[in-house]
Amino acid sequence: MKETQKGSAATRNILIIIAVAFVVIMLVLPLAAVIGNSLRKGFEFYMHAITARYVISALKVTLLATVVAVGVNTFFGMISSWVITKFSFRGKQFLATLIDIPFSISPVIAGLAFIMTFGRLGWAYPILENISRITGMDIQIVFALPGVLLATIFVTFPFVSREIIPVLNAEGKDEEEAAALMGAKGFYIFRKITFPQMKWALVYGIILCAARALGEFGAVAALSKTRGKTFTLPLEIDALYLSGDSDSLVAAFAVSSILVIIAIIVLVLRNIMEYRAKLRAAQK
Amino acid sequence: MRFTHSKRVIPGFGLTMGVTIAMLSLLILIPLASVFVYAFRMSAADFLETVTNSAVLYAFRTSIVCALLAALINCVFGTILAWVLVRYDFPGKRFLDGLIELPFALPTAVAGITLSKMYSTTGILGKPLAGLGIEVSYTHLGLLVALVFIGIPFVVRAIQPVLEKLDPQYEEAAFILGASRRKTFFRIILSELRPALLTGFGLAFARGLGEYGSVIYISGNSAKEHTQVVSYVIMQKLNYMDYASATSIALILLIISFLMLLFVNMVQVRQSKRTNAV
Repeated sequence: MKETQKGSAATRNILIIIAVAFVVIMLVLPLAAVIGNSLRKGFEFYMHAITARYVISALKVTLLATVVAVGVNTFFGMISSWVITKFSFRGKQFLATLIDIPFSISPVIAGLAFIMTFGRLGWAYPILENISRITGMDIQIVFALPGVLLATIFVTFPFVSREIIPVLNAEGKDEEEAAALMGAKGFYIFRKITFPQMKWALVYGIILCAARALGEFGAVAALSKTRGKTFTLPLEIDALYLSGDSDSLVAAFAVSSILVIIAIIVLVLRNIMEYRAKLRAAQK
Repeated sequence: MRFTHSKRVIPGFGLTMGVTIAMLSLLILIPLASVFVYAFRMSAADFLETVTNSAVLYAFRTSIVCALLAALINCVFGTILAWVLVRYDFPGKRFLDGLIELPFALPTAVAGITLSKMYSTTGILGKPLAGLGIEVSYTHLGLLVALVFIGIPFVVRAIQPVLEKLDPQYEEAAFILGASRRKTFFRIILSELRPALLTGFGLAFARGLGEYGSVIYISGNSAKEHTQVVSYVIMQKLNYMDYASATSIALILLIISFLMLLFVNMVQVRQSKRTNAV
């Protein structure tokens, strides 16, 4: 018995060392590297880099895209999770799979999809032309702001519903059924029973959705070509990084550090949420 | 659907179903269908010529092989990480646990430029490695590093909950019956973890296959060295306004992604059937 315990302590230590080494090399070091690189030319340069005109413009576009994506996907997340968890119908699993599509396809394809829909070769292009002619407005989707918004919505589409669905599934639908039998209206049931159940999952879903929307690159890169106008922060980082001289390289890391700080905040919030969920589970 | 209607007590099915389907179609399905429609309008000969172009085939090989290898590496380290996080207590464990999801939270472009810099011959890890004769940035190895980075949370988060729920009585029984600890792990625990491992593997592989932002800086994107990935080739064709090629390549990639999604779903359905049966 002693032998095995000794052996188990050795295995334990080796496994912990492997795990810690993996996390430090693969995850902690890159984080530290961003911060280190961003401050290489001093704090004044850093401040100058993150307040450059292009960066401010990119920040505005990024924030707009994030707010729109979070709004649309929160609405969708609440509605779709209600359908999926409160009713039984044929093809439910299939519907859930369709909602998850944006998770497993390349973001570049998301961008391409909108180009093939609204771009010059897309089937919706003549329709857009007609609308533009009739209303006298110049409606541009591809390579303009609406394209950036659509691409961001696309890649973050399942984030909120995916967080809510397991929570609602675990709660079951007995309470809603009881309330409905006693004559409560749909929205009243949602407000009084379902919403309180999903509240924390919803908050976490929104955080994840926002984090991904802030950082989306591939899909937006396919649809956004004007620096200082439709570029988001990740695109601005790309432009700075690729321009080659040492100043813009450091500037790329300076702008990156803003997104790193947001990523760290997201991680901290996630941990607080999870801790709360565990506490609540323990109380039950 | 009609038959169960009478049993539906909770109101709002029609409205919420309608909104769900409408939003899903407008924002996801119809744009994706446009890719299919455009690809199917091409002649079969043009299509085949595009996708069997040697640069495209090499890109597919690079993407598939690297994503597979990265997913396998992640299965090994993901299992170790999940095991350590569930079974052991040590200082800093919560911190370690909290960091696992960093690749989800960190924008891919930021991860890409950082990894590329770190592993370049002047970077903090690249310099000592170059001294050993190992070049990472702008090689397949660099690609692999980036894919391991973005894939690790999928595997850890798939295994962790299963490991937490795993009843220790099987292990105890195996131990009492005289199985060695190694045998217990490989025979009992690993077989319980298999569905979760497959799910994590499938998700990490699907993500790695289509990955763009974290890969393009570190891979070097050289056609000669075969370090171009499929997403990069699609983007390149888009920038040259070669929409026919971009769509054909995207179609193949989409089909592989759908198959992976189907695979993951089948594993999950089977898994939930099994747990419900117990």
